Amino acid sequence: MNIKEIKSQFPIFSNKINGKKLIYLDSSNSSQKPAKVLNALDNFYRNEFSNIGRSIHSLAVKATNKFQETRVSVKNFVNASSEEEIIFTKNATESINLVASSFGQDLIKKGDEIIITELEHHSNYVPWHYLRITKGAVIKFAPINEDGDILIDQLKKLISSKTKIIAITHASNVTGTIVPVKEIVEIAHKRNIPVLIDGCQSAPHIKIDVKDLECDFYAMSCHKVYGPTGVGILYAKKKWLEKLPPYIGGGGMISEVKKDKISYAPLPEKYEAGTMPTAEVIAFNESINFMNSVGINNIIKHENELTNYALEKLRKINFVNIIGNPKKKIGVISFTIKGIHPHDISTIVDEEGVAIRAGHHCCQILHEKLGLTATARASFGVYNTKEDIDILCQSIEKCRKVFELK
Amino acid sequence: MDLKQLYQDIILEHGKSPRNFGKCDGYSHKAKGHNPLCGDQIQIYLKMDKEKKVENLSFEGSGCAISIASTSIMTELIKGKSIDSTKNIVRAFLNMIKNTPEIKSKDLDEDQKTKMMSLSGVKQYPMRVKCATLAWHTLTSAMDGKKKEVNTESITQ
Repeated sequence: MNIKEIKSQFPIFSNKINGKKLIYLDSSNSSQKPAKVLNALDNFYRNEFSNIGRSIHSLAVKATNKFQETRVSVKNFVNASSEEEIIFTKNATESINLVASSFGQDLIKKGDEIIITELEHHSNYVPWHYLRITKGAVIKFAPINEDGDILIDQLKKLISSKTKIIAITHASNVTGTIVPVKEIVEIAHKRNIPVLIDGCQSAPHIKIDVKDLECDFYAMSCHKVYGPTGVGILYAKKKWLEKLPPYIGGGGMISEVKKDKISYAPLPEKYEAGTMPTAEVIAFNESINFMNSVGINNIIKHENELTNYALEKLRKINFVNIIGNPKKKIGVISFTIKGIHPHDISTIVDEEGVAIRAGHHCCQILHEKLGLTATARASFGVYNTKEDIDILCQSIEKCRKVFELK
Repeated sequence: MDLKQLYQDIILEHGKSPRNFGKCDGYSHKAKGHNPLCGDQIQIYLKMDKEKKVENLSFEGSGCAISIASTSIMTELIKGKSIDSTKNIVRAFLNMIKNTPEIKSKDLDEDQKTKMMSLSGVKQYPMRVKCATLAWHTLTSAMDGKKKEVNTESITQ
């Protein structure tokens, strides 16, 4: 795999940041976009724009077809059984809100229990919290150990006859932990409990196979998978989508509207109300093409090498403390430096063109568990190189100089 | 942008060895401030004397170099000032961070103005402005006797 060639597909890397080459280590937050995605957006707006699924003129037909082509690509990307199981949303957050709302409305009663974990991003906690307020649901947190791995035995103990759903991340955006979700789905299904997987961090980095995982729901954000903002995906087993009530109501999701009754459109439109982010969905097809052209196995291999290289180099810097040491991880490394707040680290390395994130990364529960208020985080995408890691390490050295650490 | 402008020696020094750190004895007012984006958390303790003067001012908490230095410098500048002067100084500080290149305040001498100016570098770093202003908003809250925690995400800058 030729990383130089891959990187050259991303126009942003030809720009300078603070007069320096951009070293983008914030892909967990959002990834950069290859030219073919940008061209698809531009081309659609410039030459092919129309709304979809409504008008029957030529532009509308073409746009509708292209929109559905992305649905087929996404179906193949996650290995779903049919396109009807792929719902386009605004982002993974909305995908999870959709499930929490529709599932909660029908199937959660007072005292029912929802199990999540201490690793979760706020977007896989807050939507369930709403059910605490509206339905009197109880939320239980499966604990993690110091390494950042979920204690599966403890999770098992949390399951009771009142457990209605388990919602769990596929990979942590702080420790990088790859969660053994397949094992958790097996455990849950033995008790007839459905499982939602938050695949935000996993989708760009590991092979997604919802058939193999047998999960009930899988949420992801396209902007983290080299795609445009404004589009998310919800995969859900057809039986759930048929059974659950719709989420947002409006045009496009109805079949027949009378003064005294409304019937809903068939799947997947039942869950896609209003004008969709049409151009973005169409352009996302090019993101999947990009992922496929590189090949998921090559991506995994490259990012593993990078992660190991980065861990090795960062561990050699004696004032850097790496957060967590999970059994399996994606290319996400959170760290602290004693005596320098993560925000100061971020500002200093930024001066060298190095973009990292600092803060709690929308994981306050996890930070509290780890006894931290904030961490600095470097996260990798397919375009990163060992040279990027070297520059990160040099810029971390600069933090020591600015703060005159011994 | 110039990193030296942001992290001046005085900022680094106050960040490392903050002045007036801890609860001051017999404080009459206190308030909490929180910047949920960074995780910065501070508690301001203020002792007002009978003449409505800030007899003592101290703080506890954790945060980045900018927020700690800003809080530390604030306690130095405000100690011994009347309520009216304090309010003027807070206003002068927030104006400095927002727009004005110089500090107009009758309540500060030249040395004190220079000290305050050392924090003006954050203007170049919009994401860090909240780090610098947290303490000053929290001080206002303490003086006003407000119960609610100051939260940088719900302050109109």
